[in-house]
Amino acid sequence: MNKILVGIKRVVDYNVRVRVKPDGSGVAVEGAKMSINPFDEIALEEALRIKERGAADEVIVASIGGADSQQQLRTALAMGADRAVQVDPGASAGPGDLGLEPLTIARILLKLVEREQPFLVILGKQAIDDDNSQAGPMLAALWGRPQATFASKIEIAGERATAVREVDAGLETLEVDLPAVFTTDLRLNEPRYVKLPDIMKAKRKPLETLTLAALGIEPAAARVRAVRFEPPQQRQKGIRVKDAAELVSSLKEKGLL
Amino acid sequence: MAARILIVAEHDGSTLNASTAKCVTCAQSIGGSIDVAVCADDAGSVAAQAAKLAGVANVLAIENAANAHPVAALLAPQIVAVVRSGQYTHVLGPSTTFGRDLMPRVAALLDAPQVSDIMAVESPARFRRPIYAGNVLVTVEVDAPVIVGTVRTASYQAAAGDGSAVIEKPATTGVEIPGHSRFVSVSAAKNDRPDLQTARRVVSGGRALGSSAGFELLYRLAEKLGAAVGASRAAVDAGYVPNEMQVGQTGKIIAPELYFAIGISGAIQHLTGIKDARTIVAINKDADAPIFEVADYGLVGDLFEIVPQLIELL
Repeated sequence: MNKILVGIKRVVDYNVRVRVKPDGSGVAVEGAKMSINPFDEIALEEALRIKERGAADEVIVASIGGADSQQQLRTALAMGADRAVQVDPGASAGPGDLGLEPLTIARILLKLVEREQPFLVILGKQAIDDDNSQAGPMLAALWGRPQATFASKIEIAGERATAVREVDAGLETLEVDLPAVFTTDLRLNEPRYVKLPDIMKAKRKPLETLTLAALGIEPAAARVRAVRFEPPQQRQKGIRVKDAAELVSSLKEKGLL
Repeated sequence: MAARILIVAEHDGSTLNASTAKCVTCAQSIGGSIDVAVCADDAGSVAAQAAKLAGVANVLAIENAANAHPVAALLAPQIVAVVRSGQYTHVLGPSTTFGRDLMPRVAALLDAPQVSDIMAVESPARFRRPIYAGNVLVTVEVDAPVIVGTVRTASYQAAAGDGSAVIEKPATTGVEIPGHSRFVSVSAAKNDRPDLQTARRVVSGGRALGSSAGFELLYRLAEKLGAAVGASRAAVDAGYVPNEMQVGQTGKIIAPELYFAIGISGAIQHLTGIKDARTIVAINKDADAPIFEVADYGLVGDLFEIVPQLIELL
């Protein structure tokens, strides 16, 4: 059976502007709207399209997080994933905790890969909360398999896949043997909207919860800890000019033109 | 113990990317010795350029036919071998698509934690980086014998070019390079404009440009200014311009001396890409657009009237 494993992360919604807690101990996210990380939603959409083209049989969606991440897994099931796995990392540490390190995330994903034996793993290129952009290549490294990051096109042809990657220079085409890890860029696809009947149907789809112990992972001491959080320095608000001529003369005055 | 820093050079086979000189400046703020690794099929001219970067002790030319193009899965085991044999404490790469692809693979093979987008160094183990699209800065303390990092290049000036490092060819013959990943091609939009990431002046457009044809106006303005052209995510999403022109959280982070935001509302995701710009000029018909909160010069009006006037005046 050809399986695709998709990782999704529960993050503060794209449109929410977060703030640093007054004492600098963290980020105030309580009560904020939460969503599937946008790049992960693109990953899921791509998996669903590959399955709909007949190139895969099952789409498994996994999230590493507390019980509330089941909300995002249910949304993913409503989008069309066949089943869901929530890996609960247990109680997080105290002050300075940044959540699981990307390398730990990659280790957990590797355990799921060993269990499910997917031929494709599709992840977002970065999560919009910590902006680490590490988990995909780390999983590929631990697994000893190819990676195609920042993909804007994925084509499967038997035992191989071709990915078009959005790199700084333009578009790179990379051919990889499968299985392989892909991370998504914005233009890979436009995720579908969830329809009401699908939300009802999703309630009956299987959602399994696993602990780290069940996966055979020892909790490791955090090697990266937060010392403090602070807001960025705000730019000084400048001046208004009335027209193009005043703009040009102002810039010339400052020696900028 | 003094830090031993290895920087992984970014290049296109003939020219060293400017991001490498910025990594060197970041490395200087960590302190300790600095070496640069150049992976190539023929490292000659790139290694010579890297050897001129001030503060670099050794340039390690890692030559292999497999290194003709930067494929992370092929480069990573070679970097790892050099890191182990050289007993490096820090491995840095630029936070460009090259470094963001390669460095986490290197980190995982080394079982080392990675700090992404380093914007300031407080000590060899303490770094500041942006999270939440730059809405929050976090200072992290790392407890590990080897630390991997990507450097937010917009936060650093390029190191001077008056150095004279020794070029060495380390033995990486025993390293197994996988055959499961193959570079096919790279296509870049051909134009004569300056490179977006390093340009001193940048003109960016948003959805208000309305179409690809609308961007023609910006290209003309950019030509007058000798500027590179960028775009907001909205303009990229709308298909007006290719993704390599995107400026912001999910695109390029830039620090030009002069930045024109034209028809860009100023979503936080865009602002995070330009917060290090020296001077920001905003032109937008919506007087309440958030871009005016950060602009040094704001001009409210119709860009289709104002931009042609600017072209005329310049």
